[in-house]
Amino acid sequence: MTDISQSAAVPGTAPQRPAATLSARLARWLPRLVMAPSFLVVLIGVYLFIAWTLWISLSSSAMLPRYDFVGLEQYVRLWNTPRWHTAVINLFLFTGLFLGVTIALGLLMAILLDQNIRAEGVLRTVYLYPMALSFIVTGTAWKWVLNPELGVEKVVQSWGWDTFAFDWITRPETAIYCVVIAAVWQSTGFAMAIFLAGLRGIDSSIIKAAQIEGASLPRIYASIIVPLLRPAFLSVIVLLSYISIKSFDLVLALTNAGPGGSTEMPSTFMFAYTFQRNQMGVGAASAIMMLMTVAAIIIPYLYSELREDTHGH
Amino acid sequence: MATKSLARQQMLGRLFIYSALLLLALYYLMPLWVMVTTSLKPLDEIYSGSFIGLPQAITFEAWSKAWSGACIGTECTGLRPYFVNSIMMVVPAVLLSTGLGALNGYVLTKWRFKGANLVFGMMLFGCFLPYQAVILPMAQVLGRLGLSGSIPGLVLVHTVYGICFTSLFFRNYFITIPDELTKAAQIDGAGFFRIFLSIMLPAALPIIVVSCIWQFTQVWNDFLFGVSFTSGSDTPITVALNNIVNVTTGRKQYNVDMASAMIAAIPTLLVYVVAGRYFVRGLTAGAVKG
Amino acid sequence: MATLDINRVRKAYGNLEVLKEVNISVGDGEFLVLLGPSGCGKSTLLNIIAGLEDITGGEVLIGNRVVNDLPPKDRDIAMVFQSYALYPTMTVRQNIEFGMKIRGIPAEERAKATNAAAEMLQMTGLLDRKPSQLSGGQRQRVAMGRAIVRHPDLFLFDEPLSNLDAKLRVDMRTEIKRLHQRLGTTIVYVTHDQIEAMTLATKVAVMKGGVVQHFGPPQEVYDRPANTYVARFVGSPAMNIIPGRLLASDGVPTVAFDTPQGEAVVRGVPLSAETAHRFAGRDVLVGIRPEHFGLDPCGTVPVGVDVVEPTGPDTLIVFAAGGTEVVARLEPFDAQVGRQERFSVKAEKVVLFDPATETRLD
Repeated sequence: MTDISQSAAVPGTAPQRPAATLSARLARWLPRLVMAPSFLVVLIGVYLFIAWTLWISLSSSAMLPRYDFVGLEQYVRLWNTPRWHTAVINLFLFTGLFLGVTIALGLLMAILLDQNIRAEGVLRTVYLYPMALSFIVTGTAWKWVLNPELGVEKVVQSWGWDTFAFDWITRPETAIYCVVIAAVWQSTGFAMAIFLAGLRGIDSSIIKAAQIEGASLPRIYASIIVPLLRPAFLSVIVLLSYISIKSFDLVLALTNAGPGGSTEMPSTFMFAYTFQRNQMGVGAASAIMMLMTVAAIIIPYLYSELREDTHGH
Repeated sequence: MATKSLARQQMLGRLFIYSALLLLALYYLMPLWVMVTTSLKPLDEIYSGSFIGLPQAITFEAWSKAWSGACIGTECTGLRPYFVNSIMMVVPAVLLSTGLGALNGYVLTKWRFKGANLVFGMMLFGCFLPYQAVILPMAQVLGRLGLSGSIPGLVLVHTVYGICFTSLFFRNYFITIPDELTKAAQIDGAGFFRIFLSIMLPAALPIIVVSCIWQFTQVWNDFLFGVSFTSGSDTPITVALNNIVNVTTGRKQYNVDMASAMIAAIPTLLVYVVAGRYFVRGLTAGAVKG
Repeated sequence: MATLDINRVRKAYGNLEVLKEVNISVGDGEFLVLLGPSGCGKSTLLNIIAGLEDITGGEVLIGNRVVNDLPPKDRDIAMVFQSYALYPTMTVRQNIEFGMKIRGIPAEERAKATNAAAEMLQMTGLLDRKPSQLSGGQRQRVAMGRAIVRHPDLFLFDEPLSNLDAKLRVDMRTEIKRLHQRLGTTIVYVTHDQIEAMTLATKVAVMKGGVVQHFGPPQEVYDRPANTYVARFVGSPAMNIIPGRLLASDGVPTVAFDTPQGEAVVRGVPLSAETAHRFAGRDVLVGIRPEHFGLDPCGTVPVGVDVVEPTGPDTLIVFAAGGTEVVARLEPFDAQVGRQERFSVKAEKVVLFDPATETRLD
């Protein structure tokens, strides 16, 4: 449509076309090359190792790994082990209580903190610091606090309440609740932080509109704000479930799975059978059971989060 | 009258809120208080029944014993060598995983390639991996690499699984930096690494801090890998602490236990107090949009 | 010499074809505007010219050199982005010098070039600030300064004014025009704003759905749009497209359309004898720009005034014709809603379109 376009057709001035140089081709692959080592170690460290563990769980491995195939024998043995039953029951009991109390308390703390509190920064710091501690430290501290001879029980008794008894940690039927207490103490700040972030993200004009309609504050929270926190609830539930399934250090430090194996959890079971009881196959089978539980919770969660993410862009 | 009672009601409400918050704060501080006071008391005072009160006579004996005299197994070296072990493990692991995570996040957001989403998804799942599912093969591989039972072995392990988190951090951060910035730099003639070093990294300072703090806390506080892959004098501090606390012979030295726990806790607590804002960001990163 | 030739360029993401056989050629020193709504492929085309996106088919030539496989840095181009893309951690000076630094230009020369550019764009006082300390207009200047110092063969602008407020936009538009006149460098400029296209371009390519609808000088695009899409996209208020018919002619092409007040007849519309013969007695779309109506008691278009919109310099009259709403731009007069008027039409400016293909009839 313009005069210039013809110049390309004039013989002799045919355009020269530089070939893609080696360095240009290298540049195209560079990003992938840079990521390759990381991807490779994750591929091996996560996925290959999972497959490896799966194989061991299907073999007759005991003290040393043996690469044969015995089908689901180890899983049958696992599910015939009373200790594993205790572990599974404890896991459900623990997860239920831990989630319930942590979410309720975390939400309460977040709502209270969201009321234009003066020393909010300081209080938040206080509520959250346990998250910076190792579970081993938490376990050690709470073991001392819950010590019936010298700890809280004794303090309350010394205040004059002679019959006060708080010896849960020494009794098999109640020791698991001590693990819940310590875990709640450590993780509530985390739930609070996520709820608080959710609360801060809510458009304050919604609250004003509801106030003008004449709704009371508790009512506004119950019927408007808490439903708006759905995504925060989802995150908290998923992440706390994950913490509870893998919780290992806390149980070990607090009760060492005792007394009498009463606070056994799948994580401690796996460790004991793999490294101490020379039943590698059973240990691997229990690890695979844990992995499947986590995957059942996490994969749908990640899927939904990632999908929303791609929609957002 | 009506306004007066309303004001009263509001004041009562505030009173309730503040007392609830204060009570909760006391509950959260109580274990720390008990740990600190117990560690400063002589053992006799502890056994005579002072649990919650201030020490009558402050003594740092338990601290010095925990640091350099307490027995772990047959070795009575205190926590000092294990503290050093943990430092030797944490520093390279944090630097390696943060560096690699930054590169990965950069590639995943600014040099998207086919399958990048899948790669990211696979790394993301690594954040939620129950490590029990990999410790057996990892122990085997570390053995074959000649790294079993050693600090470099733990550095490797923490780097591998740390990459998942750090890549997530940097990916989610770099995605907020407009692509036009890298395009402009490309037209300016900057290559892959030049853009990374001159444009992306300087802009990523906050997330570098988040990543370092997160990795530092994770690696320092780890117990499972430490107890699974190391033993004896090569263990990190968390394992040593657990060993001290679980000594069953003789009269239980609660003050030394608490001093030991404090020594193990101080580095991460310090980081938390100094840079709490960044710590919380790392904490909630897993919850805010993968 | 920096001509730009885009030959049969195609771009597809998987099965999604965003550019279909695009052909555009401009000479040295021209100002090419790629105009179209969002998603029309104009930014993709710009990115392909810059080398920021791969090409699926065809060739891009800058200065008679095929650049398909050249990375952006070797194409001798500079680009100004919609978000300005200033490096946030660098000062204005460092932003401008970054490209030169990479190319290994000595510090002294860099400083000279930067100062010259800063003077030209009146931002000497801003050189030591960070981008976050600048206003939108100032950032725009810095982005332009960064492009200027490179002395490129080709300037690329990607919607550079769309983040500015209305007043600033007009000022910066003038600035860009002045810059082009002073430097004489070939420019490719992407926008969705037809006024920017009209005021700046020496050549406009109107795009839609990955296809160039019309490529030509702005006045041609305005006067003789290639199809109804271009006719409606360029000009504000848009060209009226009125369903009508071509009358069996006596040598003078004549069109007619209906208004509620009667039949409007326009004699002497530009049309070749051959087309006039082919379409005689058939339906056509009659394209009339608002300003080509005139108030005329002897006019051939009977009109009932529906809406009156005085804008100051002129008055817009909305009326019905051919079953659609038609806008006329007239000199201000005492217009009354509901009153009947008669308008004349500048017949030589009328454009006819084929109702089936919606393309222009010549």
